[in-house]
Amino acid sequence: MERRNFIRSAITMAAAPLLLGLSLSAQAADTIKVGVLHSLSGTMAISETTLKDTVLMMIDEQNKKGGILGKKLEPVVVDPASNWPLFAEKARELLAKDHVDVIFGCWTSVSRKSVLPVVEELNGLLFYPVQYEGEESSRNVFYTGAAPNQQAIPAVDYLMKDVGVKRWVLEGTDYVYPRTTNKILEAYLKAKGVAASDIMINYTPFGFSDWQSEVSKIKTFGSAGKKTAVVSTINGDANVPFYKELGNQKISAEDIPVVAFSVGEEELAGLDTKPLVGHLAAWNYFESIDTPANKAAIAQWHKFIKNDKRTFNDPMEATVIGFKLWVKAVEKAGTTDTTKVIDTLPGLETPNLTGGVAKVLPNHHITKPVYIGEVRDDGQFDVVWKTKSEVPGDAWSDFLPGSKDIEADWVTLKCGNYNKTTKKCSGQNF
Amino acid sequence: MTASSKFRTILRAGALGLALCVGPAAAQDESPAEAPAISEIHDPATLLAALPDAGYADKQAIAEQLVQSAGAQAGPALRALLEGRLYSDANQRVVVVDGEGEGETVALRDPLSGAALGSAASAALTKIGSNNKLRKALKGLLARLDLADADPDKRLAAVNEALRNLDAPAIAALRARRDAETDSKVRDAIDVGLAVADLASDSADTRLAAVQRLSGELSPDVYNALQSLVADDGSGKRREPDERVLMAADAAIHRIDNQRALYGGVETLFFGLSLGSVLVLSAIGLAITFGVMGVINMAHGELMMLGAYTAYVMQQLMPQHITAATLLAIPMAFIVAGAAGIAIERGIVRFLYGRPLETLLATFGLSLVLQQLVRSVFSPLNRSVSTPEFMSGSLVINDALSLTWNRLYIVFFMLLVFLALQLVLKRTSLGLKVRAVSQNRAMARAMGVRSEWIDAATFGLGSGVAGVAGVALSQLTNVGPNLGQSYIIDSFMVVVFGGVGSLWGTLISGMSLGVVSKLLEPHTGAVMAKILVLVFLILFIQRRPRGLFPQKGRAAEG
Repeated sequence: MERRNFIRSAITMAAAPLLLGLSLSAQAADTIKVGVLHSLSGTMAISETTLKDTVLMMIDEQNKKGGILGKKLEPVVVDPASNWPLFAEKARELLAKDHVDVIFGCWTSVSRKSVLPVVEELNGLLFYPVQYEGEESSRNVFYTGAAPNQQAIPAVDYLMKDVGVKRWVLEGTDYVYPRTTNKILEAYLKAKGVAASDIMINYTPFGFSDWQSEVSKIKTFGSAGKKTAVVSTINGDANVPFYKELGNQKISAEDIPVVAFSVGEEELAGLDTKPLVGHLAAWNYFESIDTPANKAAIAQWHKFIKNDKRTFNDPMEATVIGFKLWVKAVEKAGTTDTTKVIDTLPGLETPNLTGGVAKVLPNHHITKPVYIGEVRDDGQFDVVWKTKSEVPGDAWSDFLPGSKDIEADWVTLKCGNYNKTTKKCSGQNF
Repeated sequence: MTASSKFRTILRAGALGLALCVGPAAAQDESPAEAPAISEIHDPATLLAALPDAGYADKQAIAEQLVQSAGAQAGPALRALLEGRLYSDANQRVVVVDGEGEGETVALRDPLSGAALGSAASAALTKIGSNNKLRKALKGLLARLDLADADPDKRLAAVNEALRNLDAPAIAALRARRDAETDSKVRDAIDVGLAVADLASDSADTRLAAVQRLSGELSPDVYNALQSLVADDGSGKRREPDERVLMAADAAIHRIDNQRALYGGVETLFFGLSLGSVLVLSAIGLAITFGVMGVINMAHGELMMLGAYTAYVMQQLMPQHITAATLLAIPMAFIVAGAAGIAIERGIVRFLYGRPLETLLATFGLSLVLQQLVRSVFSPLNRSVSTPEFMSGSLVINDALSLTWNRLYIVFFMLLVFLALQLVLKRTSLGLKVRAVSQNRAMARAMGVRSEWIDAATFGLGSGVAGVAGVALSQLTNVGPNLGQSYIIDSFMVVVFGGVGSLWGTLISGMSLGVVSKLLEPHTGAVMAKILVLVFLILFIQRRPRGLFPQKGRAAEG
């Protein structure tokens, strides 16, 4: 992996002056610059390229309406190449050299963490559109994806109350997002009175493909007479052999349902969905949800990308929401000045694609509805459950001992990491 | 009110057209509540006609009503619904689709009478969907119908299905069937079910008899029933009041535990052997190019990837015949990867003999080129390779042990490939020349062997075998540009551990590494198991640098 990245970064570095020249020449007109910081090559390219296209689509649409404040929007696209340190470098380039007014970007938590000090130092503005593990709130970042209480906790609630699950397998890929999420879930389940012997936690490496003994373990664990479910934070490729093995060992969704947090329409496209039918996924958006706003967005996407087969997914919706919120904030503030836009954003609302409202909260997260969907054989989801109303995103989980007392509030407290018991603000403070 | 409690309320009301559940099952609010309740409809055809527009809860009510009114005749329709073969066509008729017709059309049948209804374009049909809850209910209903089926296997499956969810109607159905049953296997299964039901009896003697009947039964449902019999009731006392029953139950549980442990061991061994087979398959091609020829081929993984993509292409070419396509892919992959191997040898490797470091770098560069080639031709996304019907599912030996077919086939396939390679190397003139060149090139040339030609053929053979391994891997893992990378390290590991140049060494080392990882995995987790195996290997190589089966004699000095 390292060596490939080296080659890539070498090429990118060689190409950088060229691109710079291009963007300089385009600078002549008075425009508002929008930075797009998504990997267009490397392992994450599969997922992130669609987000880049989504931002471009939104910019295109806004320009057709005449731009913002009478100025056209101009995208500045860079490629951090799935290389985490390069994310920081590219963010610095966007802010210091190109002077972009906002950045839409990042997918993995590690890339966000690497960009974080840069946007804080240079007072940038980043919209982050992917579900993540929480435990973070920066003044310069707006999190339009789900926090754990907007995805993992409601999914577990659904399984516990509606499906009657008594025994839990927390199966994940071995890195930060699954480990933090599972820690939160374990604490939550124990708080709900689930015995430690009824929880099994398991981690496998990235790209794991030999699932026989893991699945056999799940099967044994699930045959103890209590309803069992698997909460899966398995990431990427490893899902396919996992579901295949479940099918081969005759574990059906009716017996042991698997609810996944990172399997969406994009991942299911072009997959043999037979072994997955009936299994569950928890998201804040599904392409199959029948609302006028959603239909319009999908139609617009198909027109923009010139392909009717392309799917629309949750992080794309989060990107759309983030973009709309930023446009609103700039229009309301009457300027693209980062500090003013950041102060204007909390409290703003925009309709989401599923008929609800996304409101920016003082902790820089937004309100989101939670849906549970069952996989259909055409790779889409049937919604089987949803929350009554939107759930406000909680940056610091209430179920972890370290973060229980911590609050993020950029409106009154002006702090992203405020300890309610010691009354101290650690980290960024304004 | 949550969606599913809504489902339940609707079910109780039993009224058609009140379905307000979320998602595509919605709609129908326009038809008012005056429509007759499902429980009042008795005509099967009318019930079926209501299916396409019903919500999931209504569908379940309709299915139950269908069984009540039509009995066994409802079976095919429900099975079609369960398997997703029930559609509504352009004329609002409910039809069963079975099999493909000509081109874009499919053959239709009437769900109740089974009469053929001609064919229709598949685009004009709307599928009648189901969800987990509905499928579970359908399985239960079908099991009750199947209890009277003429086929004993179906009856057995039905009894086992009933066992999993032993409620009062299921017990009643089993009791009713017990005396009419002629097949001894099915009768045994029914007896087990009735014995589990008897565990809740008031009479201690009945319970004792039931426990004795259940001793040695491996089904998890039986085990759980026995466990709950001897479990604490929360106040430190055990739920079973009778001492004799308790003793018998404890003994039965002990016996089942022992048997489960035994079968668990067999299962782990099988997992290990199947993982070992995958390792041997991916390494055996390398054992030839690296072991026999001494070429460090970093593009070996990409040759496997080419094989896997060949399987994908074959399936794309013959979408109607997945099994045939997959089987044909084996020789095709051998040819494709073998040809690529010969091209690599002629184009690159032959200029670099005797310079291992440069060979390593050149083939590594080549592996990047091949990956990018596949990305450009097929897209960077993983491709989906279907599993042929005969390879999915598992071979059920008993309730505690079942072996998945795909893994079983891969163990056999590996043995076949290994045997074929041994035959080629030991019994053919090509093999003789290969061995001669690898042992003493100069002498072989002096005897008239065209060593250049042999080099190319050997490299082609090793590469072809890698392609064949790729077809096997396409059934287990993702087919994508990175497929090769994830196996190359393991392949080198197996070859080095087994002893460079020894096919038997590769077989033994792959198998033992597989078994060791699978033995470790339950105790240490998958991540730690991998680390431990690597540490063990490093220590082993320190002690015996030439691997398990070092080459002896002249070849060892070469």
